[in-house]
Amino acid sequence: MSKIRAEAVCIDFPIYNSSGRSMKNAVLRATTGGRIARDSANHTYIRSLDMLRFEIEAGERVGLIGHNGSGKTTLLRALSGVYAPTSGTLDVAGRVASLLDISLGMDPDATGYENILMRGIVMGMGPKKMLAKIDEIAEFTDLGEYLNMPLRSYSSGMQMRLAFAVSTCIEAEILLMDEWISVGDADFQDKAADRLNNLIKTTPILVIATHSPELVRKVCTRKIQLEHGRIIQDERLS
Amino acid sequence: MSINAVVKDAGSDFVGTAKAFRIWNLLALQDIRQRYRRSVLGPFWITLSTLVSIVALAVVYTKIFKTPIDQYLPYLTVGFIAWSFISALVMESCSVFIGAEGIIKQINIPFGVHVMRMIWRNLITLAHHSVVVILVLIYSGIVPTWGLLYLPYSLIVVTLAGVFTGYLLGAICTRFRDIGPIVTSLMQVVFYITPVIWYSGLLKENQWLLVINPFFHFIEILRAPILGNAVEHHSYKICLAITLALGVISMMFMYRFKKRIAYWL
Repeated sequence: MSKIRAEAVCIDFPIYNSSGRSMKNAVLRATTGGRIARDSANHTYIRSLDMLRFEIEAGERVGLIGHNGSGKTTLLRALSGVYAPTSGTLDVAGRVASLLDISLGMDPDATGYENILMRGIVMGMGPKKMLAKIDEIAEFTDLGEYLNMPLRSYSSGMQMRLAFAVSTCIEAEILLMDEWISVGDADFQDKAADRLNNLIKTTPILVIATHSPELVRKVCTRKIQLEHGRIIQDERLS
Repeated sequence: MSINAVVKDAGSDFVGTAKAFRIWNLLALQDIRQRYRRSVLGPFWITLSTLVSIVALAVVYTKIFKTPIDQYLPYLTVGFIAWSFISALVMESCSVFIGAEGIIKQINIPFGVHVMRMIWRNLITLAHHSVVVILVLIYSGIVPTWGLLYLPYSLIVVTLAGVFTGYLLGAICTRFRDIGPIVTSLMQVVFYITPVIWYSGLLKENQWLLVINPFFHFIEILRAPILGNAVEHHSYKICLAITLALGVISMMFMYRFKKRIAYWL
């Protein structure tokens, strides 16, 4: 059963400048004690997420909203397991798929077909599973003969089509998205929206960070508003 | 920090890494392909450029040392290639996590995947180098002895030391960005003080300079079996001890700090 539970989750980012990163200062701190040690206690931290407490059950589609820097992407990264909470506990039960960067693991010199397989492997799917899906993905991209050409010969729109088609074939229980993914020309955008909607329908939990209130109304069942890393509003939408 | 917890933590990273072999295999192959993309010889440039340096070095240094080429050439070849492998493992360890920032910040996969990507890439390079070794051995008419059976064992020890160095240096260099350049310049010094292009015997009564040089032992356990010389048992013992120590330190370090690596990037 997929479920997310956050209990007093905090995430602090240490800010290293060149002096904090250098060995010299770490060594000097060790040798000179007092004065610099006081200095080292003054390390700058940014509290990105502050005492978050929430539970997300299967079937919920959560929209994260908030200003730039309010902690939306950091929360998504924490949910995907990239950032371990600095304090508090975060339990994420279920297979997580993150669509934060859909072109991760693509190689400009490999052909379209090779890239489909490679992207699949980076997402943790075996070649057998990918081979079963490759025809469906190829058809969806409408790239035809281009799939036998190296990726660098594609226009950026075509590259995004391919990346989108592969990324959205994953099967996961928890889907993380940073903004609604919209690629291609007008026709393709409709197709892409259908595909994304289908994916969301079959995935138990969706968490999407967005700036669009309209999207939250259309897609989500719950809205969580963040400000300065705190939840200031958590409401269920009907 | 209990021993149990450290071992369990490291074990789960190793198992996860082994299961994700497709990812690091793919990334390593991509690294190599990217270096030689659209070139005619492709990765065999690795073979060719090494061959050229070795021949050039051999021509000049046989004259300097006044030593016969059919004895010096195999010594230089095997030593040089062993050194390239070992020094690449050390220097590339520094960037295993920094270089994988995009992946680390995106998906949660065992850190060993990034280490194995570096190891695998260098093993593939070594395989291309081995062509040079075989050519030189044939040219110099060296017949392998039973000592060659030690080679797989030596390779495992060196590779394992590389894996642990990858975890340890990779994490430390992510936190302290000056360590990378320090390591690179140190390795250059080590090359000159380690018998790769000169015979270890030339040090005469000052053999202690070799005994305290860990890189000498790692090169020796690779070089001696191929050249048919007797492997010094104390070299094996020292290499094993260093590998074991690296293993323990890197596991403890990763247990303590692996959750911080994403924050350091």
